[in-house]
Amino acid sequence: MGRELQKQPQQEMASAVEQLLAVNPYNPDILPDLENYVNEQVSSETYSLDANLCLLRLYQFEPERMSTQIVARILVKALMAMPAPDFSLCLFLIPERVQMEDQFKTLIILSHYLETGKFRQFWDEAAKNRHIVEAVPGFEQAIQAYAVHVLSLTYQKVPRSVLAEAINIEGLSLDKFLEHQVANSGWILEKGGKGQLIVIPPNEFNHPELKKKSSDSIPLDHITRIFPILG
Amino acid sequence: MASYDYDDSRANYDDPRHAPVSSPAGQDIGYDPNFVPDSVKSFVVHLYRHIREKNVYETHQMYETSFQSLSDRLFKDTPWPSVDAVAHFVDNDHVFCLLYREMWFRHLYARLSPTLKQRIDSWDNYCSLFQVVLHGVVNMQLPNQWLWDMVDEFVYQFQSFCQYRAKMKNKTEQEIALLRQFDQAWNVYGVLNYLQAFVEKSSIIHILEEEKEGLEQFTATDGYDYSGGSSNVLKVLGYFSMVGLLRVHCLLGDYHTGLKCLLPIDISQQGVFTSVIGSHITTIYHYGFANLMLRRYVDAIHEFNRILLYIYKTKQYHQKSPQYEQILKKNEQMYALLAICVSLCPQVKLVDETVNSQLREKYGEKMIRMQRYDEEAFAIYDELFSYACPKFITPSAPSFEEPLVNYNQDAYRLQLKLFLYEVKQQQLLSGVRTFLKVYSTISLGQLAIYMEVDESTLRTILLTYKHKTHAVDSVGKIMSNADVDFYIDDDIIHVVESKPVNRYGDFFLRQIVKLEGMINDLDRVKLD
Repeated sequence: MGRELQKQPQQEMASAVEQLLAVNPYNPDILPDLENYVNEQVSSETYSLDANLCLLRLYQFEPERMSTQIVARILVKALMAMPAPDFSLCLFLIPERVQMEDQFKTLIILSHYLETGKFRQFWDEAAKNRHIVEAVPGFEQAIQAYAVHVLSLTYQKVPRSVLAEAINIEGLSLDKFLEHQVANSGWILEKGGKGQLIVIPPNEFNHPELKKKSSDSIPLDHITRIFPILG
Repeated sequence: MASYDYDDSRANYDDPRHAPVSSPAGQDIGYDPNFVPDSVKSFVVHLYRHIREKNVYETHQMYETSFQSLSDRLFKDTPWPSVDAVAHFVDNDHVFCLLYREMWFRHLYARLSPTLKQRIDSWDNYCSLFQVVLHGVVNMQLPNQWLWDMVDEFVYQFQSFCQYRAKMKNKTEQEIALLRQFDQAWNVYGVLNYLQAFVEKSSIIHILEEEKEGLEQFTATDGYDYSGGSSNVLKVLGYFSMVGLLRVHCLLGDYHTGLKCLLPIDISQQGVFTSVIGSHITTIYHYGFANLMLRRYVDAIHEFNRILLYIYKTKQYHQKSPQYEQILKKNEQMYALLAICVSLCPQVKLVDETVNSQLREKYGEKMIRMQRYDEEAFAIYDELFSYACPKFITPSAPSFEEPLVNYNQDAYRLQLKLFLYEVKQQQLLSGVRTFLKVYSTISLGQLAIYMEVDESTLRTILLTYKHKTHAVDSVGKIMSNADVDFYIDDDIIHVVESKPVNRYGDFFLRQIVKLEGMINDLDRVKLD
């Protein structure tokens, strides 16, 4: 009950901002609204790439109005959107001299580790920079979800130790995590030669034979072109 | 008409000596802005009459051919006569005078180098012209070519202004005073809002949607509107403005938003954008480039391949066109971009044989070196990117504070740096690919030995391979770009080679439409 009441203004804000973006995206006056919306996304654990890119664009047009604190939040949120390329999309719009600041250098290194599958280095670096990433709720879970995503593109069966390193969870907490995945995502635990193996449910990327033959289907709107001829 | 580069190649990044050296326009000795040769008088009188009579064909002829030949003959290195000198031949018609000045400036930009004052005046002229169109008091039918050129030139002059303004070092006091005084000229908000206003006021997005349902005709009539007293100007400007927005956003480095602006146009089909070669090329060039930056290599390869094949087959028909040089230039740039895409994502099967042989001829040797991912390879990526990228701009005004610095290369350097960063992240993938191609199964331990890395490093390389070859599309769906794919079962790698996807369905659809068109044409033939 209480939670629902709280949710109301958030949704209103989101739809108000979406409205602004739709009606007039190239308007310098919406800058403060977009900044508030970034903070709102952080506290309510929501995300809007379009709104954030729009804000970065306004900063690009009027660099004197830029708030580096807001930019940092946008970048952390973009990291959390992996595997989407949002982090690069944001960097393309942020002037190089701003990217030289320490907090941004750190974020760029974090992004590099995620982009290149170096999860151990990522978690080590993140631990050294708690003040940046802990400011945004849901950070850890989002990165874990990304790690699980890449693993499930890659593995049919993944050794427990590899999973543990990627999501940075060990021991009892890992058991609990696995229990949850078994119950909700169809994971299966198996005894392997060197330790526990986790069977990840099949998808078209770790079981390429499941790939839908896209050549067999034609989208309807392509066929509509010949409707007048057929008629 | 638009005989300049689509992007400002005259100011080459690598070589500042390429900057224009001719004297400021309008100051040449012997140019009298009030002198109107008879041929010019006849040109404006006829053009005015054809526009008034809504004779699109004749208007197009005069616009495309006569203007060009008169320019070549009489105004090779001077501007055309001033608008004041010709106005009384055309009843001082307000809109015609605005159109004439638009062409006047376009010719000036193409052949001479505009002064700051002229840049500002041209901006004012666009504002007046666009206000007239946006307020719906125009009832002309103008050729698509002309309307495209208008949008194209508007964006070009904006880009050119940003480049010019960013070179602060050698600005005179007078120029700085002008820049301060007219700070609204070519302001980025103004530029974007005009394009956006065209899109909205024309309801073009709605029209294209209605067309899909068969409720409206736009593409079928090439955007022309033959019903009653209506005009195609606003609608078609709105349509081309979506391409204009794509281009501006690419110049700003905002690839996601750029592609979003283009979304209402289905580029997999023929459309009004394909009716003008310049618009067709600009659309696909920027679409492909944006997808390259978004790591959607397969999408980029698909469209580059299609347009390069199209240019290959049709360029002979454009040899006499004023755009011919530009077509060739963009053609070369897109081969460079295709070379980059195919090097990062070796889906050669997606490339047509003709295009592929051209590609090998132009870049075959470089592409082999690009596979090595050593310093030399990065230098080639750098070279191709710099040659083929859009001329990025910094849209903000200079600080005007001493010491004045040039910032015209900042945007380009940033995009280049981030692109090369991406290439470096992918540098180990070509090695993995080579091994995956020759095994159907191999253990992690064995592959690690071959690649001279430890097993846990190999696991990260394989994860990188999967991540980089699986792009996220605009609606968040994962698409595989992998030519060679694999999966790991505990510590055994199983390799799966992807099979080429033939799109027979589309092919048949196209042929059916083509045949129907031909039968219709034949039906119309009357034999005496």
